[in-house]
Amino acid sequence: MPDTALDITGWTCPAPLRDRPRVVMGHGGGGALSAELVEHLFAPAFGGEVLSRLGDSAAVTLGGARLAFSTDSYVVRPLFFPGGSIGDLAVNGTVNDLAMSGARAAYLSCGFILEEGVEISIVARVAEALGAAARAAGVEVATGDTKVVEAGHGDGVYINTSGIGLIPEGVDLRPQRVVPGDVVIVSGEIGLHGVAIMSVREGMEFGVDVESDCAALGGLVAAMLAVTPDLHVLRDPTRGGLAASLNEIAAASGAGVVIQEGRIPVPPAVANACAILGLDPLYVANEGKLVAFVPREHADAVLDAMRAHPLGRHARVIGEAVEAHPGLVVARTGLGGTRVVDLPIGEQLPRIC
Amino acid sequence: MKYIDEFQDPELARRLLDDIHATVTRPWALMEVCGGQTHTIIRHGIDQLLPDLVELIHGPGCPVCVTPLEVIDKALEIASRPNVIFCSFGDMLRVPGTGRDLFQVRSEGGDVRVVYSPLDALKIAQQNPQREVVFFGIGFETTAPPNAMTVHQARKLGIRNFSLLVSHVRVPPAIEAIMRSPSCRVQGFLAAGHVCSVMGTGEYPALAERHRVPIVVTGFEPLDILEGVRRAVHQLERGEHTVDNAYARAVRPEGNPAALAMLEDVFEVTDRAWRGIGVIPDSGWRLSERYREYDAEHRFSVTGITTLEPAECRSGEVLQGLLKPHECEAFGTLCTPRNPLGATMVSSEGACAAYYLYRRLELTPAPQPGTVAPLEASPVA
Amino acid sequence: MCLAVPGRVLDIGEKDGTRMATVDFGGVQKEVCLEYLPDLQVGEYAIVHVGFALQRLDEESAKQTLELFAQLGMLQEEFGDPWEQAAQASGDWPFGDSPVGDAAQEEARQ
Repeated sequence: MPDTALDITGWTCPAPLRDRPRVVMGHGGGGALSAELVEHLFAPAFGGEVLSRLGDSAAVTLGGARLAFSTDSYVVRPLFFPGGSIGDLAVNGTVNDLAMSGARAAYLSCGFILEEGVEISIVARVAEALGAAARAAGVEVATGDTKVVEAGHGDGVYINTSGIGLIPEGVDLRPQRVVPGDVVIVSGEIGLHGVAIMSVREGMEFGVDVESDCAALGGLVAAMLAVTPDLHVLRDPTRGGLAASLNEIAAASGAGVVIQEGRIPVPPAVANACAILGLDPLYVANEGKLVAFVPREHADAVLDAMRAHPLGRHARVIGEAVEAHPGLVVARTGLGGTRVVDLPIGEQLPRIC
Repeated sequence: MKYIDEFQDPELARRLLDDIHATVTRPWALMEVCGGQTHTIIRHGIDQLLPDLVELIHGPGCPVCVTPLEVIDKALEIASRPNVIFCSFGDMLRVPGTGRDLFQVRSEGGDVRVVYSPLDALKIAQQNPQREVVFFGIGFETTAPPNAMTVHQARKLGIRNFSLLVSHVRVPPAIEAIMRSPSCRVQGFLAAGHVCSVMGTGEYPALAERHRVPIVVTGFEPLDILEGVRRAVHQLERGEHTVDNAYARAVRPEGNPAALAMLEDVFEVTDRAWRGIGVIPDSGWRLSERYREYDAEHRFSVTGITTLEPAECRSGEVLQGLLKPHECEAFGTLCTPRNPLGATMVSSEGACAAYYLYRRLELTPAPQPGTVAPLEASPVA
Repeated sequence: MCLAVPGRVLDIGEKDGTRMATVDFGGVQKEVCLEYLPDLQVGEYAIVHVGFALQRLDEESAKQTLELFAQLGMLQEEFGDPWEQAAQASGDWPFGDSPVGDAAQEEARQ
């Protein structure tokens, strides 16, 4: 044992970096770093009133029609994973962005960026999956583009899709409409896509009977809107998970959000995979789920309609919007305590401690 | 999962809380040593449920937080070299060195990879014989045996392109240092269960006796934490100070003999600087002479890198329980998990980050027996 | 420090002269090194940290601990546990879906 007395009153700690001069992976993580990049770099550079609303898709009026318009790029690794492929994602991701405006996707564009050397048979499998997903979602790929980059400059296949669809009469979905008392409903079990991807990612591999929940949500949204067009906001909790979606809504609406942790549907395999890696299921990505803020008087009917749809069978009320703690998402823990559910910073990292 | 779900049971938690509430008559300050325990406490809101008289001080048991700046700088230097594949546990990538972190090294072209196990890094070395593969060997007594085994395997299998950048730390010297600090307020310890799974409990009776503090070996689930607190409070109320094992399902007094033997072979005790704290004598391990050729510091000649830690943040005071994270003037404003001023904010296990993530506001008073706050009425402090 | 999780040994084999096992963590399987618990058997539980089994879990100890917890409140129970009452009062859920821990989730946890 040491016998020098250690005076720890002067313990100090260094001040690390403040700004990042280069893009890091976290800028694409859907968390605070992504938001900063969009708000402080892209939005000011582009200008424009529509973009400044920063939804998953934009609502625009063209020739008297209200259109939802959205674009998304797909860089998932590996290209094929349990429950889907980059082709399925490229359709469903964009279709879902439109669905969160209440729109049924009508047309997609599709841009392929291929890496020199990638096998044609792989491109064909991706294209087949993309076509099948489009047919299942009832959307037509109307235009496309292909570019090839030199070997080593891409990961085989990247895809960008854009989509448009009509927003039905009387539908106005945006976070600003959320008011205290709104009921928060999640459409099913969370964390499936993220865990399925992690289980096959290099360096992380684990065995698990979990498939990506990748699915097109247009039909589920239509069923919900058939109950009442007066839903307040919908989000599909992809990157950054349910935590990111709830935080975006809380921040944009100025309402507080309280969720009951014990009510959030987390499949045991997802919970256990997260336990091993030290992750929180609230921050794990989904590709076929939505979270809805619904006026209290419609909550029961909307929930019933969701549960009658195959993609909403496990829908649950998980919480509500409140006046207290504006802009903050708070979880009630199973033991009766509370914790703040913060916006994720960048990409989620497995922890050891 | 078996051995986890049962130890999160709200009904049994209430019984433990009842017992603690009924037992405590005076204020007591307990330190949970391990960052994993801090995580459980904040994640489940346990500190809100304890009597006001029981204060939990979050200890320095987060290996990511305490890895010294100098070692991070060495990691950044090595990871920046061409031909190096630098492997690390995920949470080390965010820890800033001087001016940058491993994320940034990656954005500048460095090959930095996240692995789950050190054995994964060894596998990468086997698959890439033309490259130098370095594993960032950090952690307490729990993580040291896996890293030791990996170096041992590398030697056994003749994998010469593998090396370890070592910054292992040991718990008992840190407890000793905390107790010797003139400003120490800690009256009892919840010792880190998984450290004791490896090391056993033999190092603790002398500490408990010398400083007259109860030391309760404690697990990581909510009921484990409550039982640790309960046993510590019972001892304190009775004026006792013994070593008590409240994590018997995973801790034997003798520890894990095979792991201890491997540690003895691969590592040797050394003085170690703790980030935000300073040098604590005998508080670390480095590779022993027999394994020196696997030491990345020597292989990449970075032993010359020395970094002084500038005085900017008060994490030292947080780590010794003199300051609660939210009492620091930088907390949540200048200092956030995205722009951490100090080590305690860097890792999700760090006391400040845990506070920031889960307890930024004292949102609701702890539910008291007999009173029920309706969901709508959550007052903001 | 030290995120370590209890898992059950499914099968045991050897790789590069090292004793390895497939360990199940409630439906999630990982390869785990058994060199530090050489006599661990299929079906037994161990604490696993970064791919290494570090200590065997003792079922009897776990049972005793839980029994101790269960006995703690016995005295209060005769007079009515105030926490119990609080929990019951707060248990009302004003919406039409099933309460916390419904049958489906309970089942899935088994």
